[in-house]
Amino acid sequence: MLWACILLPQLALDAVLRRHPEPEAPLALVGGPAQLRSLHAVNAAAAAAGLVPGMRLAAAHALLPQFAMVDYDPAAEARVHRFLAAWAYRHSSLVSAQWNSAIVLEARASFRLFGPWPRFERRLRGELEQLGFRHRIALAPTPRAARVLAGLRDGMAVMDAAALPALLDRVPVRRAVLPGDAGTRLQRMGIRTLGQLRALPSDALRRRFGQALLEHLQKLYGEADDPLECYQPPEHFDERVELGYEVETHTALLFPLRRLVGDLCTYLSIRDGGVQRFVLRLEHEQGHTDVEVGLLAPERSASMLFELARGRLDRVEIERPVVGMRLLARHLPPFVPAMQDLFAQRAQQALDWPQLRERLRARLGDESVYRVAPQGDPRPERAWCRVTGDEAKVPAAPPRPPRPTWLLPEPVPLHDPRLQVLSGPERLESGWWDGGDVRRDYYVVRTGRGQRAWAFRAAGAREGGWMLHGWFA
Amino acid sequence: MAQVVAIDSLLAARTLWHAGRSARLPADGEPSGHAALDARLPHGGWPRRALTELLLPANGVGELALLLPTIARMTAAGGTVVLVAPPFIPYAPAWQAAGVDLAGLHVVDASPRDALWAQEQCLRSGACAAVLGWPPGGDDRALRRLQVAADSGDCCGFVLRDRRHAANASPAALRLLLEDGGWRVLKCRGGQPPSGLVQLAH
Repeated sequence: MLWACILLPQLALDAVLRRHPEPEAPLALVGGPAQLRSLHAVNAAAAAAGLVPGMRLAAAHALLPQFAMVDYDPAAEARVHRFLAAWAYRHSSLVSAQWNSAIVLEARASFRLFGPWPRFERRLRGELEQLGFRHRIALAPTPRAARVLAGLRDGMAVMDAAALPALLDRVPVRRAVLPGDAGTRLQRMGIRTLGQLRALPSDALRRRFGQALLEHLQKLYGEADDPLECYQPPEHFDERVELGYEVETHTALLFPLRRLVGDLCTYLSIRDGGVQRFVLRLEHEQGHTDVEVGLLAPERSASMLFELARGRLDRVEIERPVVGMRLLARHLPPFVPAMQDLFAQRAQQALDWPQLRERLRARLGDESVYRVAPQGDPRPERAWCRVTGDEAKVPAAPPRPPRPTWLLPEPVPLHDPRLQVLSGPERLESGWWDGGDVRRDYYVVRTGRGQRAWAFRAAGAREGGWMLHGWFA
Repeated sequence: MAQVVAIDSLLAARTLWHAGRSARLPADGEPSGHAALDARLPHGGWPRRALTELLLPANGVGELALLLPTIARMTAAGGTVVLVAPPFIPYAPAWQAAGVDLAGLHVVDASPRDALWAQEQCLRSGACAAVLGWPPGGDDRALRRLQVAADSGDCCGFVLRDRRHAANASPAALRLLLEDGGWRVLKCRGGQPPSGLVQLAH
């Protein structure tokens, strides 16, 4: 195995700068308790003015009166770290983010897909630059060696495991990322390189520096296995966008929506999954409004999801200003693309039925597209039901006398002096147990205008009181 | 003269046809399931990629008896038939008894404002075999949109309207008027409307 280590020397700063409108202006990340603020990281312009990490804020202001200050947020740094691990997961199946500001990935298995190391490395660098992260990359037969080499020289690549010990022996102990402060202590004891360190008797080393140092050395040289905590992409998607200003119109929400949906689809394609249900959370100063987007089948096309989410969003009234937007997708089912004929002639705007159905539901409401199916109940109101979704099988209706093709939603009084009874009565008497008690005599009648209708009278009634319930159209 | 167009190509494209002479059109229509009607229509059935307009004195007078054989055949063949904002509930037991495979029959509830949009989407999508709609109002621009959508989506569109619209011009390729228990062909693209009423066999 060959391990590539991507060292991110200024992860927290890059995470801020890549979204900052003026990354060139002096900027510093400020951390520490309120009484003792100090600089956590500085960008190039600030460093040129003499600011260094660890400097007290008062001292920094004395050197440079005007510079942008951003609070250092460890949670944001961790989030970006995870994001980069997800990004690296596209290039390798073995990715670890267990070390601070570093990502380690197994590279050899990816050569077949991305080409030999120089090309693969160019690709990694190109994508990181596009994402806006400073980086150092090194390749070595063990993950720890890659981590050490990345710190020593950017772009170093050691493919041959046999050449590794000789190379590592020359590494200064202070730069070998030894556990704790062992590196500094060894340096002060006069031990300069790893080669010298390895020449020392291990019993004495263990007594003075503990077992961890020896294990580290063995893992570094590849003499012991180095189990890594492998990155597993999370089972859900959760992103939010801070709007930075108060939004009260739908159109202003479309831009952040498009970005969130785009991120979601990138994520889905990494996972090879789809999304069937997600929540758009419009965050207000206090409280939030949830917009549920539910589909009948998993989807992952960005334009389609955007259109559907937009349709749902348009139906929501924005009562209070929105300051943030969050997209939450908890369940990401596997996505099976629809089969299509390679040579099928399809019109440009052609959609298949599931997509069309989602489009209709997005605008008309979730319950607006359905199928009808017969049910066993003899009462006409309950002899049919609505079916949404694909899976339900349509049962066969029990044999009954002729039924009308159109059923009125509610029976209405039928006043027609020229009414003519064609057949009947058919007594329907049911439902005394569930409150929907029905006792009716149904007749097929012909109205004065020549329409065939399905009408009923109260059971046993001989005269008048016709109620129309359906048409034989 | 800007361009020479062979008359044969115009005839083949059905933009031009011989008056009075029974034009030899391919019988490529969608069979309606009623032999008497098919025999009178120029394509031997419902026009494909086009809108068919049924003009009715009221809803529930026999329009489904006309259409159900077609719907049954389309759904049985695995096609999708959509009812956009029907005036009543399609009563499942009766439709099933008429041979309709209810797995392929979809109903779309829409307000009058959205019904035209929904029908146009369905027609245009190419996912439906037939789309039935009950457009409100008498706007022929809306029908023209539906006609174009049916053409681009390769779909049989049906609009069911009140018969007071019979006097207005319509972009539909076929117009049928129900009167005295029979269907009168008011207009059919590709031929002269046959005279007389078509009685359906019950």
